[in-house]
Amino acid sequence: MRREIPLLITAIVGIFFVLQYFIPHPPFNRLNGWFSDWFSIIGACAIWLGALNLIRISADKIYRKRSDWGFSVVIILSFLLIVVIGFKEGRDFRNPGSGFDWLYNFIYTPLSATMFALLAFFVASASYRAFRARNLEASLLLVAAFLVMLGRVPVGDAIGVSLGLPETNISKVAVWIMNTINTAGQRAILIGIALGVVSTSLRIILGIERSYLGSE
Amino acid sequence: MTRGELMAYLVIVAVVLLLAFAVPKPISFSTTVSYIIVGFIALVLLIIFVRTIQGNMVGRRIVFLFVGMAVILPLFMTISQPIPLSPEVKQVYDAVVALKPGSKVLVSFDYDPPSAPELQPMAETFFRLCLSRDLKIVIMGLWPQGPQQAEIAMRKTLEYPEIASKNLRYGIDYVNLGFQTGNEFVIQRMGGDFKSMFPTDLNGTAYDSLPLVRNVRNFSNIDYAFHLSAGYPGTVEWVQVAVDRYGLKMGAGNTAVQTTQMYPYLRARQLVGLLGGLNGAAEFERAADMIGKATKFMVSQSFSHIIVIAFIIIGNAAFFLGDKSRKRKQEAAGGGH
Repeated sequence: MRREIPLLITAIVGIFFVLQYFIPHPPFNRLNGWFSDWFSIIGACAIWLGALNLIRISADKIYRKRSDWGFSVVIILSFLLIVVIGFKEGRDFRNPGSGFDWLYNFIYTPLSATMFALLAFFVASASYRAFRARNLEASLLLVAAFLVMLGRVPVGDAIGVSLGLPETNISKVAVWIMNTINTAGQRAILIGIALGVVSTSLRIILGIERSYLGSE
Repeated sequence: MTRGELMAYLVIVAVVLLLAFAVPKPISFSTTVSYIIVGFIALVLLIIFVRTIQGNMVGRRIVFLFVGMAVILPLFMTISQPIPLSPEVKQVYDAVVALKPGSKVLVSFDYDPPSAPELQPMAETFFRLCLSRDLKIVIMGLWPQGPQQAEIAMRKTLEYPEIASKNLRYGIDYVNLGFQTGNEFVIQRMGGDFKSMFPTDLNGTAYDSLPLVRNVRNFSNIDYAFHLSAGYPGTVEWVQVAVDRYGLKMGAGNTAVQTTQMYPYLRARQLVGLLGGLNGAAEFERAADMIGKATKFMVSQSFSHIIVIAFIIIGNAAFFLGDKSRKRKQEAAGGGH
């Protein structure tokens, strides 16, 4: 029964969601609301579950003094700090000048932006070391990348003009690459993904694919 | 961490603190000094190129240094550059200016602070354009930090003199419904009833107590939607549910890495306009004639793109020349036998 009941729930909900898309009338629309509410409730619980799991894993790391356990101390202290301040300030915790607002604007935002900004350095370094015109396909990719990178910034057109090309030509080429070549490739990928999603969903609904239940 | 690395970090922190406290006013290079700096960087790149041809490859730390300079130095430069307007950005602008005063615009904030440098300027310009044209804004978010980003953008927008003079009131001219968990299911439920997903706004005020949304039942009461996205749930989910199923007219602003995935929806006219990355934000500022952060940051973006291209060329030069010299050595070794 430990496997049969989850399989049954999955099949009923899966079939229902397919039906409600095509029949948006009672009782399907009402049941749709009911299932969606349940999804939101489970989603909200998952946020708490995720937070508690983070604390558990970090605490375990500190207890066992695993490598870099100091970072786990920072995680727990930061978590507690923002939760305590958030609860202490009540409903007004987002107001300008509140402790939470200060932490969000001057600690969380710059730190998050810094992590994302590192991407620029890694992209540059990786491109320098690995982006080579080894064959025709790689050369085409390289030329397209150059044109898009130049066309997506204003200096690209200035370079084009200095090379004797008419004004805004490089940016137009970049728009053409994005609109035509990129769109064709993206559509092919999207169609492939959609077919994969349909077949996987059917396998899950029909109980053929059971890996999501975990091992026995 | 080695002692050398620790020293390097301490030196960087010391320099930053020194700049923060010792410099009395923001540094700004004149146009001449800016061009001299650009020329100097170009010269150093040329030297690196020549040395690479001679067989001396530079390490990744040098690449990092150049990218760092390309991003930071232009922030102090007084170089301006004309920004061309792409058709997809103009579509967003045209869609907004075509709306009659009093029209309701839904803005979904589905991003968090890491993507704010790209998306926040879009949000600020979009708010400013809408409010200057007397449009009503309904804000929401499928990402927990989204509504907070919206609050920051709205606070800044309300400071502009032309907006401040309108004495806009919360609940009547704009409203923030806050975050709701459930990803695409939230969008689906909103297609039937907004209130079921947002019984209260961000501050806990009941939905029916907010004059702006009291009569907004579902997407049919929204004149235009603008979606700011940095991942999942994002523009794809909005298109698949709100646009495809409920016929919502929607434009989007995306991070640069995500933009390429949106072009099929743009070509199929499921999206009415698209702002892609910082460049899209700068173009939108130009279209709306509201020059802001994005336009300023585009100089940094231009420089960093040029630096990346330069290093790819240097890397390829090293690859091809290294390949040639390898072949020459192999031939010489083969001739000896």
